[in-house]
Amino acid sequence: MPFGNTHNNFKLNFKVEEEYPDLTKHNNHMAKVLTKEMYGKLRDKQTPTGFTLDDAIQTGVDNPGHPFIMTVGCVAGDEESYEVFKDLFDPVISDRHGGYKATDKHKTDLNFENLKGGDDLDPNYVLSSRVRTGRSIKGYALPPHNSRGERRAVEKLSVEALNSLDGEFKGKYYPLKSMTDAEQEQLIADHFLFDKPVSPLLLGAGMARDWPDARGIWHNENKTFLVWVNEEDHLRVISMQKGGNMKEVFKRFCVGLKRIEDIFKKHNHDYMWNDHLGFILTCPSNLGTGLRGGVHVKLPKLSTHAKFEEILTRLRLQKRGTGGVDTASVGGVFDISNADRIGSSEVEQVQCVVDGVKLMVEMEKKLEKGESIDSMIPAQK
Amino acid sequence: MASSFAKVMSSRTTGLLMASLGAGAVATGYLLNDNAAVVAEQRRKLYPPSADYPDLRKHNNCMAGAMTPAIYAKLRDKITPNNWTLDQCIQTGVDNPGHPFIKTVGMVAGDEESYEVFAEIFDPVIKDRHNGYDPKTMKHPTDLDASKIHSGVFDENYVLSSRVRTGRSIRGLTLPPACSRSERREVERVTVQALAGLKGDLSGHYYSLTEMTEQEQQRLIDDHFLFDKPVSPLLTCAFMARDWPDARGIWHNNEKTFLIWINEEDHTRVISMEKGGNMKRVFERFCRGLKQVEHLIQERGWEFMWNERLGYILTCPSNLGTGLRAGVHVRLPKLSKDPRFGKILDNLRLQKRGTGGVDTAAVGDTFDISNLDRLGKSEVELVQVVVDGVNYLIECEKRLEKGQDIKIPAPIQHFKK
Repeated sequence: MPFGNTHNNFKLNFKVEEEYPDLTKHNNHMAKVLTKEMYGKLRDKQTPTGFTLDDAIQTGVDNPGHPFIMTVGCVAGDEESYEVFKDLFDPVISDRHGGYKATDKHKTDLNFENLKGGDDLDPNYVLSSRVRTGRSIKGYALPPHNSRGERRAVEKLSVEALNSLDGEFKGKYYPLKSMTDAEQEQLIADHFLFDKPVSPLLLGAGMARDWPDARGIWHNENKTFLVWVNEEDHLRVISMQKGGNMKEVFKRFCVGLKRIEDIFKKHNHDYMWNDHLGFILTCPSNLGTGLRGGVHVKLPKLSTHAKFEEILTRLRLQKRGTGGVDTASVGGVFDISNADRIGSSEVEQVQCVVDGVKLMVEMEKKLEKGESIDSMIPAQK
Repeated sequence: MASSFAKVMSSRTTGLLMASLGAGAVATGYLLNDNAAVVAEQRRKLYPPSADYPDLRKHNNCMAGAMTPAIYAKLRDKITPNNWTLDQCIQTGVDNPGHPFIKTVGMVAGDEESYEVFAEIFDPVIKDRHNGYDPKTMKHPTDLDASKIHSGVFDENYVLSSRVRTGRSIRGLTLPPACSRSERREVERVTVQALAGLKGDLSGHYYSLTEMTEQEQQRLIDDHFLFDKPVSPLLTCAFMARDWPDARGIWHNNEKTFLIWINEEDHTRVISMEKGGNMKRVFERFCRGLKQVEHLIQERGWEFMWNERLGYILTCPSNLGTGLRAGVHVRLPKLSKDPRFGKILDNLRLQKRGTGGVDTAAVGDTFDISNLDRLGKSEVELVQVVVDGVNYLIECEKRLEKGQDIKIPAPIQHFKK
């Protein structure tokens, strides 16, 4: 159960076979990995904040998944979840992140100067550029599990930190529960507003509790740097702008993140991070960098080419519709972003996007001229 | 046997107060031990009840109307013997602020003891929802003697179908918001085993939601029997849809007049129904079936949750007492257009719904008319209220057909104080 694990101890009176979930019709990473034996081993454990195995897997039990789309099926309730329930999370992480081992180390590189190029993506094709990640504040439980008091504390800390930013980062916080209609309209028009989750994946994990208490959106005056507070993670940090200057977007991203981190540190709060999992976030799919760097790019010809999917895979990229995850593309415009999150650094992942999108735009131009792109198809990165 | 699932009257050891969510100082997990007490204490200091008090300013439900910071502070750190907490009871009411016109309840019980341990909030909610019924001083009458019903056969030119439903909970197992998978499966086992013992016109068959074939599913949909995974946020926010469809199912007799839902919003929902207007027969079968099921579970050491303050204990406080909704689908083309229709229903202690059930609109001139009240009056009394009320409505309709005038009846008293 979310935030109150007390019922877990009562469940221990019942046999493992009786409590083990029926996962026979399930297709998610958790279901593939959680045997009865593993369930029996982990079910009496809890993290220091009282998060239990059943709490972690409830979303995966309630959402059997889709034959074509493999969801993760488990979430963390706090930093220690990944440690206490290692036996479950390690294989899930390995499956989800291309074989990442329990002994692997993850490198963090937020030095924007290490990015090569990225300032010359053709704006006739690349309509907008965006980089996002998440951050969790050490010492507080995560959205599936936190109490109202904790969530409000995260909001308070975050807003204090954000309001002390200046220069290009000077901005304002809009709490969801006291937003005016006019503010709401503007935020929707800017494509900034996030709404109460409707996805059963999130609802089943308890992340929408007490909505809209302590949720809000902060953005700078230029509307190029945006922070979501208490949606799926403590913080989601987004840098974005129209056009193809990913270099600038990434620079702002790195600088902004560092400034916020410095302010937190001054108040004795760190981000959740370790050298194995990188940045700790609610969903195992976002571990490592938690970074999704992407563009909205016009690829009407390339996207209908037989080798499109193959090209994306080799470039370590993924496509989404322009509405974000689980949407379809509109008018040949795709959201193209990095597929990886862990095992490579932020710089490396954004580099993939920059190089890959540059190549795909060239391919699109070739196809427009009626020429073949076979010689351009890259090797697997 | 019941003893293998005996409630663990776990003492409120400090370890159990792991509702604590304080700073995670320990890197690895540990089994419950005294360290948990320290962490729990830290949490209480770090997050006093005022830090967790929900923001209910935009809320319109019974829980929000009754909750105060003082009550919350008193109850936040309490747990029931099954380790259920106040926050878990009220989550649905916090997440669903409600509607200015429709006042929902806003809280649920996780087990029988919730109504006791959290009485300070449940009692005023019950009072608000059930016309001032005071669980501290009043007693609820239970009466399942169907022979007492008179005039219980309606004019079938108007009444298309008749139905009586209630719920029953199995004592010793926690309720749908709280139950673990094994408890839910035990509810299913106990109930299905008992139902297998029904004979004659009540003998029937169980269809588990996990094992149903496509044909069975289609047939149950066509019979209007099948219930689906709850979509209402009132239910999903109360954790009732967890592990769907594990241990959920539908049992019905061969004649399709007696039907049991297992593990939907309550442990069991019991429904007696048939086409036409013979409410007396529907209620007779209802009472007979309930008594037989109760007898069959008692043979194996189980019983229903019931006490004389609150009657039958169900998940939602709105269903306490009898948990009974007796109703008809009735055609009232002229009366439904009369401006006095609402007032007539009010005075007769009846409510109208659409023919799809709660929160649906009426189709054409056919309405679902049923009793408003659940607690403070017995089953026999409530069914008689429906019988008398529907007969009155039909009289009105007939009078309007003849161009005669109708009268708003005097209001019926809620219950004897």
